[in-house]
Amino acid sequence: MAIALVLVLVVVGSVLFHVLSPWWSTPIASNWSYIDNTLVITFWITGTVFTAVVLFMAYCVYRFRHKEGAKADYAPENRKLESWLTIVTAVGVAALLAPGLVVWSHFITVPKDATEVEVVAQQWQWNFRLPGVDGKLGTSNTRLVSADNPLGINPDDPDNKNNIIVIAADLHLPIGKPVNMVMRSIDVLHDFYVPEFRARMDLVPGMVTHFWFTPTRTGTFEVLCAKLCGVGHAFMRGVVKVDTEQDYQAWLQQQQTFAQMTAAAQKTGALEHPAGSTNEVAAKAN
Amino acid sequence: MTDVTPQEAEFIPPAEVAEVELYHPHSWWTKYVFSQDAKVIAIQYASTAMAIGFVALVLSWLMRLKLGFPDTFSFITPDAYYQFMTMHGMIMVIYLLTALFLGGFGNYLIPLMVGARDMVFPYVNMLSYWIYLLAVLVLVGSFFAPGGPTGAGWTLYPPQAITSGTPGGQSWGIILMLISLILFIIGFTMGGLNYVVTVLQGRTRGMTLMRLPLTVWGIFTATVMALLAFPALFVACVMMLFDRLIGSSFFMPAVVDMGTPLDHNGGSPLLWQHLFWFFGHPEVYIVALPAFGIVSDLIATHARKNIFGYRMMVWAIIIIGALSFVVWAHHMYVSGMYPYFGFFFATTTLIIAVPTAIKVYNWVLTLWRGNIHLTLPMLFALAFIVTFVNGGLSGLFLGNVVVDVPLSDTMFVVAHFHMVMGVGPVLVVFGAIYHWYPKITGRMLNETLGRIHFWVTFIGTYLIFFPMHYIGLIGIPRRYPELGDTAFIPPSVYTLNEFITVAALVVGAAQLVFLFNLFWSLRYGKEAGDNPWRATTLEWQTAGTPPPHGNFGKELPVVYRWAYDYSVPGAPEDFIPQNDPRPLTQGGPA
Repeated sequence: MAIALVLVLVVVGSVLFHVLSPWWSTPIASNWSYIDNTLVITFWITGTVFTAVVLFMAYCVYRFRHKEGAKADYAPENRKLESWLTIVTAVGVAALLAPGLVVWSHFITVPKDATEVEVVAQQWQWNFRLPGVDGKLGTSNTRLVSADNPLGINPDDPDNKNNIIVIAADLHLPIGKPVNMVMRSIDVLHDFYVPEFRARMDLVPGMVTHFWFTPTRTGTFEVLCAKLCGVGHAFMRGVVKVDTEQDYQAWLQQQQTFAQMTAAAQKTGALEHPAGSTNEVAAKAN
Repeated sequence: MTDVTPQEAEFIPPAEVAEVELYHPHSWWTKYVFSQDAKVIAIQYASTAMAIGFVALVLSWLMRLKLGFPDTFSFITPDAYYQFMTMHGMIMVIYLLTALFLGGFGNYLIPLMVGARDMVFPYVNMLSYWIYLLAVLVLVGSFFAPGGPTGAGWTLYPPQAITSGTPGGQSWGIILMLISLILFIIGFTMGGLNYVVTVLQGRTRGMTLMRLPLTVWGIFTATVMALLAFPALFVACVMMLFDRLIGSSFFMPAVVDMGTPLDHNGGSPLLWQHLFWFFGHPEVYIVALPAFGIVSDLIATHARKNIFGYRMMVWAIIIIGALSFVVWAHHMYVSGMYPYFGFFFATTTLIIAVPTAIKVYNWVLTLWRGNIHLTLPMLFALAFIVTFVNGGLSGLFLGNVVVDVPLSDTMFVVAHFHMVMGVGPVLVVFGAIYHWYPKITGRMLNETLGRIHFWVTFIGTYLIFFPMHYIGLIGIPRRYPELGDTAFIPPSVYTLNEFITVAALVVGAAQLVFLFNLFWSLRYGKEAGDNPWRATTLEWQTAGTPPPHGNFGKELPVVYRWAYDYSVPGAPEDFIPQNDPRPLTQGGPA
């Protein structure tokens, strides 16, 4: 008997928890409200099914619990009922899948006017590279990574001269402009995850991955690494600041280009080794 | 399609399989240690699996303590946390659940339920256990190796699995892990071939495939799947071992390891992910299908009613088994793989929900107009349905490619898979132990202790994992030993984490009650008799309890009906054993 009551309480408790608890997605800051809508549809459909199945069970347990002299029905199959249940389930599943696939096709179609921003991850920090005035990101190679060239950028490629390099510092993005995040890793898997943007992707050494989104509100957003990348994983944080166009341009002016960075390195002998910050994280991790 | 139950005068063909010559033990060693009796091997498998599973349980407490009370348990370093986490996952999935369902329940139940004297290859079956034990010992050894066990996460994703930023990556940890997995697969293959051939060739007369209890269908299908899926993991492990030991580059592109360029070049980290999940997704169902099968039999027996839609249930098991081989990349939606795969794998993944839903409907429809005895096995079966439905439905979020994007690698995923393939199957394991312990030992488990165990486990695990989904929904990644100063995380999450930790410790304590019950009842449990649940299947119709070597008396039973003749109208009792030759008053499904 207690079990029937507990089953009802599980349903009531789960629904109340869902409605009343303070825990929900972070306020969205990108164009991907489609994803949130699909998520809400999924909550409705699955919540209904969960409620129906568990309440039906609770009723059965209450109504058909063993009583002296009771006997169960003998009912091996019911073709009609089984077919109907199959059809209804298939329809429900299709109702979930269809919007999901439509949104996915948006997700993987990068708009033509999206600007490219490169993310380069390493244990355990985020670096960025932006195209210069000509709008082009030059070539790169992990084999070229060194203390003076932490992102492995090809110094012989003229397209690289104007590229803007951001080492372990904040990335700024202008509001309202689609951006295609082009991503590399020089050591292990990472995942560029800003919960408020919804969209995200892994960074895989040996290949270039990407995803796109349009920032829709200004603010400061934390970048988390969401793919286990060693002991510093939980501490691998970065910051994305979404600016108004004016603020963005101001920030952009202060950044150094690859050419400037190389010149500065030659002047001082060597750049501080990028592993400096890495050790800091490792020290914290340990 | 064949009839499930025979007509009145069905011809039973003469025995086609000759009586097997069993190796009868001559000494204590060959009877209890190097035994070739599947029932002894089953107990060896189950005891080893539960012992190592207990280690994994303790590891989960340590992780929860760190997550709930990071300041008090600051001595649990991220290194240690990742090692606990990796070992917890790997042990629970492979060394506990796979070994327990297939090596434990498979060995015990298959020969008894199909009416065989033993497995068809008893000697190979024995070797299977000893190699499994060796695999477990190598795994345990990695705890004591220099550098400790690997902390790469149970998915062992390269490159980090073998680079120096990961515990055990450049020391013994990962090597021992890979060797242990390779051994496990060798041992499993020996056992797995036995289970499959015994089901196909060792059935007694009259035991057609469509009369097999669903337990056997579940274990059989899971074993076939495991034989097809484990080789993918096997080759992947061998390749990673080469990458780690002799510097090959199967999974390793050119990378820089903490400022030092490595010699690797041209390998693909994604290749590992495809191979791993080609094994890893079927693995979910390798654990789930035996649970599906067993829970069907628990519900039918304790509701005194035939399982609803038996043939649909069999086909659902087979279809789920087949489909589970074409869904693997739903673990990789944000991995950077070819994006158009998303359409295919989301579609196959959601299609698999249909046969799975049918199974759930048929379980609850079996309860409808049943005569429900709220015994411990029935309670665990009910708890399983709740947990499994919950976990299955959250799978619809993660399977639907674009919904997975914000949720992937968050605590939502952790909550989902613990519900669906952690707690769910474990509840079935408990139900099954309460159900078959009387056959294995001749004594009933203590009812009061059992009820304490049930209520704390069921309610406790729900309280742990249901709220955890919402932590993930906020966007908190999994595999974080501490959350740090993160602006978007409200302070209430820390309180929730403390609550979950307390719940986990209470649930853990309840498992000690269960463990105590297992030993206590061995001696003081109520005498069970041969068929305490008044069940129809052959394992309850043996001459003695526990059944002797060879299982049945002088003659093997002959099967006349399906496994679900409960509450047949006109029958004097509310069950008719499968080997009862009396004609039926009513047929089964046409």
